[in-house]
Amino acid sequence: MTEAGSFFVDAVLVIPALSAALLAVLPDDRLTARLNVLAALLTFLAATVLFFERPAPGHYLIVDDLNVVFIVLSTFVGFTTSVFSGSYIAHELETGRLTPVYLRFYHAMYQTLMFGMNLALLSNNVGLMWVAIELATLTTVLMVGIYRTPAALEAAWKYFLLGSVGIALALFGTILVYLAAHSVVGEGLDAMAWNVLVRRAPEFDPALLNLAFLFLLLGYGTKVGLVPLHAWLPDAHAEGPTPISAVLSGLLLNVALFAVLRFKSVMAANPGAFAPGPLMVSLGLLSVVFASFMLYRRHDIKRMFGYSSIEHMGIVTFAFGMGGPLANFAGLLHMTLHSLTKSAIFYCVGHIAQVKGTQHMPDIRGLTVSHPALGWGLVFGVAAIAGLPPMGLFMTEFLIVTTTFARHPLLAIVLGLALLVAFGALLLRLNGLAFGDPRGGRAPARASFVPVVAHFALVLVAGIWLPPALTAWFQHVAGLLR
Amino acid sequence: MDPLALDVAHLLAGGLVLVSFMLLYQDRMTGLVNNFALHALVVSLSVAWQAHIQHAPHLYITAAIALIVKAIVIPLALHRIILQLGIHRTIETVVGIGQTMLAGIGLVALSIMVMLPITARAGTLTQQDLAFALSVLLLGLLMMISRRNAVSQVIGFMSIENGLILAATGAKGMPLVVEISVAFSILIALIVIGVFLFRIRERFDTVDIHALHEYRGEQP
Amino acid sequence: MAIALQLLVQIGQMALVLALAPLFAGYVRKVKAHLLRRQGPPLAQPYRELLRLLRKDVVLADSASWVFRVAPYLIFAATWVAVSLVPTFAAGLIFSYAADVIAIVALLGSARFMLALAGLDVGTSFGGIGSSREMLIASLAEPAMLMLVFTLSLLAGSTQLSSIAASMQASDVGLKFSIALALLGLIMVALAENARIPVDNPATHLELTMVHEAMILEYSGRHLALIEAAAFLKLLLYVSVIACVFFPWGIALSGQGPAAYFAGIGVYVLKLAAGGFVLAVFETAIAKMRVFRVPDFLGAALMLGFLATLLLFVTMAG
Repeated sequence: MTEAGSFFVDAVLVIPALSAALLAVLPDDRLTARLNVLAALLTFLAATVLFFERPAPGHYLIVDDLNVVFIVLSTFVGFTTSVFSGSYIAHELETGRLTPVYLRFYHAMYQTLMFGMNLALLSNNVGLMWVAIELATLTTVLMVGIYRTPAALEAAWKYFLLGSVGIALALFGTILVYLAAHSVVGEGLDAMAWNVLVRRAPEFDPALLNLAFLFLLLGYGTKVGLVPLHAWLPDAHAEGPTPISAVLSGLLLNVALFAVLRFKSVMAANPGAFAPGPLMVSLGLLSVVFASFMLYRRHDIKRMFGYSSIEHMGIVTFAFGMGGPLANFAGLLHMTLHSLTKSAIFYCVGHIAQVKGTQHMPDIRGLTVSHPALGWGLVFGVAAIAGLPPMGLFMTEFLIVTTTFARHPLLAIVLGLALLVAFGALLLRLNGLAFGDPRGGRAPARASFVPVVAHFALVLVAGIWLPPALTAWFQHVAGLLR
Repeated sequence: MDPLALDVAHLLAGGLVLVSFMLLYQDRMTGLVNNFALHALVVSLSVAWQAHIQHAPHLYITAAIALIVKAIVIPLALHRIILQLGIHRTIETVVGIGQTMLAGIGLVALSIMVMLPITARAGTLTQQDLAFALSVLLLGLLMMISRRNAVSQVIGFMSIENGLILAATGAKGMPLVVEISVAFSILIALIVIGVFLFRIRERFDTVDIHALHEYRGEQP
Repeated sequence: MAIALQLLVQIGQMALVLALAPLFAGYVRKVKAHLLRRQGPPLAQPYRELLRLLRKDVVLADSASWVFRVAPYLIFAATWVAVSLVPTFAAGLIFSYAADVIAIVALLGSARFMLALAGLDVGTSFGGIGSSREMLIASLAEPAMLMLVFTLSLLAGSTQLSSIAASMQASDVGLKFSIALALLGLIMVALAENARIPVDNPATHLELTMVHEAMILEYSGRHLALIEAAAFLKLLLYVSVIACVFFPWGIALSGQGPAAYFAGIGVYVLKLAAGGFVLAVFETAIAKMRVFRVPDFLGAALMLGFLATLLLFVTMAG
C-alpha cells in the first residue's frame, strides 16, 4: 500500500481519458494511430506496476488480488489491439469505408472504452462500476454502428436496446445491494464499497441479496452474452470494425463477468442467501449448448466467432457456478486465455476480411496458400479456441469437465458433448477456410503480425508451462471466490 | 414519519405507476411523447418531495435534471424528430392494448408481492418507493416488448430510467454517484437516440422496426 | 310512529328521485346548449316529453312477443328501486340495509338484460346491433364498477352505501391516491353506462353511434315513456352514487332530525347542479371515441380499479 501505487492507479485511468480528448481533435491519421498505440502501451506499463505497488483502498478505487490480473490483461490486450487497429484502420481509410472525421471519432471512442473498462475493473464503489460499464457499453454501441450500413445500424440498435435493458436491471440490483448494506453499515459511500460489502456480507438480509443477485445476473449477464440474453452479440461482432470485435470478445465480456463475480463473492459470504451456483451453472450450460450448435450454420466469419465467444463465456460462467478451488481456478485461467486467443483470432480475421474483401465464408478459401502467415495464424487460433492440446484452453476445459464429473456427472457429460460439437464445427469451417484452392482476393496483407504472435505465444506457453507464481496467484484468487 | 408526508409520497409514486399505464394505453405517437413528458414531470415532483422529507438537498438537483432534461428537452426534441421524419402515425402493438394493460396489472401485482415483504425492515417510505419503482421498471419493459416502433421502445427505456431514479431516491442516503450516473445516461441516451433516429431515417424512411427486421441479424 | 315516519322519508326519497331525474336531464341539455351559444329547450321539456308519450298509443310490431311488452315495466321498476336505495340526502334510511352496492349493480344488470332482450325481440338488425354493443360495454363496465366499489369497500369495511358514505365523511381517511383513482374510474364507467360522450352520443340517431337508441328504436307510447324515464333515473343514479361516496358532506346521518333532512335535500340539489354542469362541460369539450376504442376505454377503467385496490394494499401493508 504505497503512494506510488495510487499514482499508478490514477495513471491507468488518466492516460486513456486524456488521450481520448487529444485524439478527438488531432487531424492526422498516422499520428493518431501511433498516439493510440502509445497511450495503450503507457497504460499497460502503468498497470503492470500495480502487481508490485498497490494503493490503499479508497472510497472509489481499489486494487486487490481479484482485479489486478484483469487490469493487466485488459491493458495488455488493449495495447495489442491498438497495434492491430493501426494497420486495420489504414486499410479502411484507403478503401474509403471510413472517413477521417469518423477516424477521429473512432480513436477517441477507443480510448474512452479503455478508460471505462479500467475504471470498472478498478472501482471500489458499486455505483461507479455501473457507470463505467455503461460508459463502455455506450462507446461500443457507437462504434458498432460506425460503418452506417443498414445491417450495422440494426446491430447497433439491437445492442443499444438490449444493453440498456441489461444496464437498467443491473442498476436495480445495485440499489437493492445498497439497501441491504446500508441498514448494517450505515448510509453513504461505505455501503457501496466492495471491501466493506464482502466483509460485512454475513449480516445482510438474505432475501434482499437474493433478489438483488437475480437482477444483477440478468443485467450484467446480458453484457456477458449469456443465452437467452445474447441476441445482440453475434450481430455486434459481425458488423462492427474488427478491432471492436476483438475488444468486445476479449475484454468487455470479461469485465461484465468480473462484475458478476464480485457480486457472487458478496453473496457467497452470506450463509442465508441462496447459492448463486445453480443459476450460473444453468445459464452457462445453456449458453454452451446453444452456441455450439449455432456454430454449424454460420456463413459470416465474424459472426461465427461471436458465437464462439458466447460458448466460452458460458463455459466460464459454468465453472464459476460450480465453485470450489479447482473450478474457480480453471475459470479464471480460461477467462484470461480466451481473451488472448479470441482477440488474436480476430486480428487474423480482420486482415483476412480485408484482403479477401468479404466476410462470407464460402467465398474465402485456401488461406494457407494465398496468405500463409494469416492462414497458419488462423489455423493456430482455431485450434487453440477449439481446445486442442497443448494449448492452454485445453487444460482449462479439461479441468472444468473433470471437476464437474466428480460432482455432477450428468452435467459434465452434457458439457463435454457440447464442447465436442463446437470442436467439430470449428474444425469443419477451418478446413474450408484455410485449405484447398484459394478463392477471393490475392493482395498481400500489410499487417503487423506482432500482436498475433505475442498472444499465441502466451497461450502456447500457458498450455505447456504455467509459471508457478502465476499459478499460485490464480489459486489464491480462486480461494477468495469460494 | 408524518402521515401527510407519506401520503403525498404515496400519491406521487402511485401517480408514476398510473402514468406508466397511460403510456401503455397510448396509440398515437404525439400522445406518447406528451405522456412521457408527464411521466418525467411526476418523477421529478416525486424526487423533489423525497428531497424535502428526507432532508437530502442534493436530491433537488436530481429532480431539476429530470424536469429539465426529460420533461422538457427530450420531448421537444422528439416532437421535432417526429415532424421532421414525418412519422406521426398510430403505433402498432404486438397484442391488443387491453391485453397489454392486463399483463401490466399482473406485473404490478407481482412487483408489489415481491418487494413488500423483502423491504419490510426498511421504512414504509422505502417499501413503497421500491415496490412502485419495480412496477414502473416492469411496465417499461412491457412497453418495450409490446410495441413495434423504435420511438416507443426508446420511450419505454426512458420510463425504465425514471423508475430507477425513483428507486435510487427511495434507498435513503445513496451517494451522489447515482445522480451523476443518471444524468450521464440521460445525456448519452439523447445523443444516441438523435444519431440513430436520423441515421435510421436515412436508410429506411421509417422507424418501424419490422422494416428493420428485413435485414435480420440471424442470417447465416 | 317512528317507523311510519321513517317509511315516509323513504317514500319521500323515492318520489324525490323520480321527480328530479327528468329535471336533471333537462338541466344538462340546457347547459350544453348555452355552452354552444344556443337557448336550448326549456328545463321542463323532459317532463313534457314523458307526458306526451304517456298519452300516445302504443304501436307494436307483429313479431313482438310478451317480452317486448313487459320489458319497459321491469326496466323502470328495477332502475327506480336501485335509485331509491342510494343515499341522496340521508343515509341510514329504513331500506338502507338493502342498499348494498352489489345489489344495486345487480338491479341495473337485470334492467340492462331486459333492455337487450327487448332490442333483440322484434328481430330488426338495428336492435341486434344495439343489444350486442350494449352487452360488450356491459361485459367490461360491470367488472370495472365492481372493482372500483370494492376499493371503497375495503376502505370503509362494508359494501353498504350508507356505511361507505358515513365512513368517508369521517375524515380520518386522509389523502388517499386510491380514492382519486376510484373516482376517475367510476366517472369513466358512468359515462359508458349512460351512453354519454365519449362512448355514445345521446343526441343523435345515427347508426354508427347508436347503442341505447338502437335498442329502443321500436318502442312508442307509454312503453317509450317508461324507458326514457328509466334512462333519466339511471343517469341520476350514477351522479348520486358519485356524490354520495366521494363528496359525502351534507348527507344526513341516521338519527338526525328533519331539519338535517331538508338541509340534506338542499345540499343534494346543489351537488346535482354541480355534477350536471361538469358533465355538460365535459361532453362539450371532448369528441366521441371510435367504437372499437370503447373496450380499451373500459379496460382502462377496469385497470384503474385494479390499480386502486393494489395501491390500497400497499398503504395498508406499510
